Amino acid sequence: MSAAFSKRVDAALADPILKIAVERTAGTAEAKRAAAIDAFAQFEDARTRAAAIKDHVVAHLGFYLEQFEAAATAAGAHVHYARTADEACAIVIDICKAAGARTVARSKSMMGEEIGLPHALAEAGIVRVETDLAEHIIQLADERPSHIVWPAMHKTSAQVSALFKQHHALPHSEETIPAMAESARRHLREGMLGADVGISGANFLIADSGAVCTVTNEGNAELSLVPPRVHIVTAGIEKLVPSMGHAVQMLRLLARSATGATLTQYTTFYTGPKRAADPDGPDAMHIVLIDNGRSAMRDDGLAEMLRCIRCGACMNHCVVFRQIGGHAYGGTYPGPMGAVLTPALDGLAASRDLPNACTLNGKCQEVCPVKIPLPTLLRGWREKSWREGLEPATMRQGIAAWAWVAQRPRLYRLAVRAAIFAMRRFGRGWITALPLAGGWTAHRDLPAPDAESFMRRYARGER
Amino acid sequence: MTPAAPPPRVALFVTCLVDLIRPRIGFAAIRALEAAGCTVVVPAGQTCCGQPALNSGARAEATAIAKRTIALLEGHDAIVVPSGSCAATIRVQYPELFEHDPAWLARAEAVAARTYEIMAYLDEVRGWRPDTALDATATYHDSCSGLRELGIKAQPRRLLNHVAGLSLIPLKGAETCCGFGGTFCVKYPAISNAIATEKAAAIDTSGADLLLAGDLGCLMNMAGKLHRDGSAVRAFHAIEVIAGMGGGPAIGEET
Ligand code: SF4
Repeated sequence: MSAAFSKRVDAALADPILKIAVERTAGTAEAKRAAAIDAFAQFEDARTRAAAIKDHVVAHLGFYLEQFEAAATAAGAHVHYARTADEACAIVIDICKAAGARTVARSKSMMGEEIGLPHALAEAGIVRVETDLAEHIIQLADERPSHIVWPAMHKTSAQVSALFKQHHALPHSEETIPAMAESARRHLREGMLGADVGISGANFLIADSGAVCTVTNEGNAELSLVPPRVHIVTAGIEKLVPSMGHAVQMLRLLARSATGATLTQYTTFYTGPKRAADPDGPDAMHIVLIDNGRSAMRDDGLAEMLRCIRCGACMNHCVVFRQIGGHAYGGTYPGPMGAVLTPALDGLAASRDLPNACTLNGKCQEVCPVKIPLPTLLRGWREKSWREGLEPATMRQGIAAWAWVAQRPRLYRLAVRAAIFAMRRFGRGWITALPLAGGWTAHRDLPAPDAESFMRRYARGER
Repeated sequence: MTPAAPPPRVALFVTCLVDLIRPRIGFAAIRALEAAGCTVVVPAGQTCCGQPALNSGARAEATAIAKRTIALLEGHDAIVVPSGSCAATIRVQYPELFEHDPAWLARAEAVAARTYEIMAYLDEVRGWRPDTALDATATYHDSCSGLRELGIKAQPRRLLNHVAGLSLIPLKGAETCCGFGGTFCVKYPAISNAIATEKAAAIDTSGADLLLAGDLGCLMNMAGKLHRDGSAVRAFHAIEVIAGMGGGPAIGEET
């Protein structure tokens, strides 16, 4: 285990409030999702179709990108391409500067986090207003999101109340949830209505119409994207779907998998900037299509990961995520999907713990609405890590030696006898401490082996 | 199965943990298979299915082990394994290892198609019911690989329901991973312990005398945690109870 990962895990495991907060949100999401799926008889068919839609788009990305660009341009939007995170940030900052922007309103987007947009805006001296309630909380706390759907899921309402009291220039009445919501609403509306530029991500990009789809439960996207003079969309190229009909098929799965709702409160499609007859809307719309490693993922055996619709179900159902929370993963994306994505985005050497710190229990794959074989992809990263010599030497030597013995039955039998002999010296029945097995016996007792192995007894004729 | 059909020749693959830690599970498996009308053979050269190498990313090592295991196990009517995760390794993972090696792929698939987790084999293939007895209340944990890779859920419960005197109590979060995860539990002991702690608490509050499951790895993890926490719940592999060996020493009790 790397020292950095170990430190983050230890901090998370030692935080009882984190545990309560994560369990409350993930547990509620789990129960609501289960009820929603039970009531959705076509779930299996819908998953199969959604996976096929995404696979099709990923296999024909070039075609759909061109189609989207043509349609969006015809609708009056400007389409930009960014190969890397830095390129994407530079494009966004240039647009902001050209628009003379001092303040931008942001609607929650994981892509913004992925490319480091908050940091880039700060460096450019542009004031950033996070309009999603949870992102607002995160901004006040000067933290990073800990979940892709509930960025502030690691915080309790008491912690949020304390933050609001400190930062909102309003009467200190935020003890109840409605009072806190009201406080946030008043505070945020100022920022939304006063912003020069609105920046969002996209849940789906509709290739044949050039439309951009966002879903929220707070309506903050609409309020922060329509009034400003300029709307900038940052989106991964894998967000494309061929048509509105396909987007709707994906939407049926997204909300149910995320929160158990049939649909989100707000689902909005933006096609180009304000037209002559429109009463409101931005004067200009810019869409930044970002690769940032996605083409390479497709070519490196991770194409299935590009199906991901960012619903968060995999992390809500992950035993590891539920113990350590999202920050422990150390990347933009946490949980099982993050453990697949982070090595692709940040490099395997810096994140090899993530695909390893998984029990491969398969629950994530069971709940994923687009059937991403997450355990198989995680195993793929482990193989790469092994091939590249990134695994710790003790582990490599141990597995290699054991594998060598496992191919030589006589030696193997001898090794089993030796292990039995050695282990029984540390206890009969239960072993409470065993050298070299401290990882086990620090927390659990270990059953001692019987005096003789099965194979030996069987060979002697015992039945 | 017509009455005239000869008894199937079943190869028992005991798994490395059963061989090393708890041979009783192997003998229970033989008893149950013979009661279900099978002729049991235990191929002498067997070692481990290679799961630790596979899950560590050591593909070349796992492939070498898989080849010799396939060679050892082919030629039997069925291969039966008292472990959902080892059965899944042979059934699901072996063919994936040889996706670019047609000759071995065919052999891997032939073996995979005949490999069964023991309770799935007894219940689904043999349609067998035990006539054993044990006066106890038990709760059942669904180990992940068996559950999700092989669909093992109803089969053990159907068999256990035929053990006279045994009553099954539901376990809250029965399908939630216990935190064992093979090498995961030694590579990330603190996370594994946090998961196991919750699992042990759920087992303890279920009110059952016995914890049953179909995988010795998970059982060692859960039983080890229960024992460390001072719980009185005793753990057995479900096949021990089904075969009438549930009256003997539980996991961790001196024999
Ligand atoms: S991997 Fe699947 S379950 Fe996880 S966020 Fe993506 S779509 Fe949702």
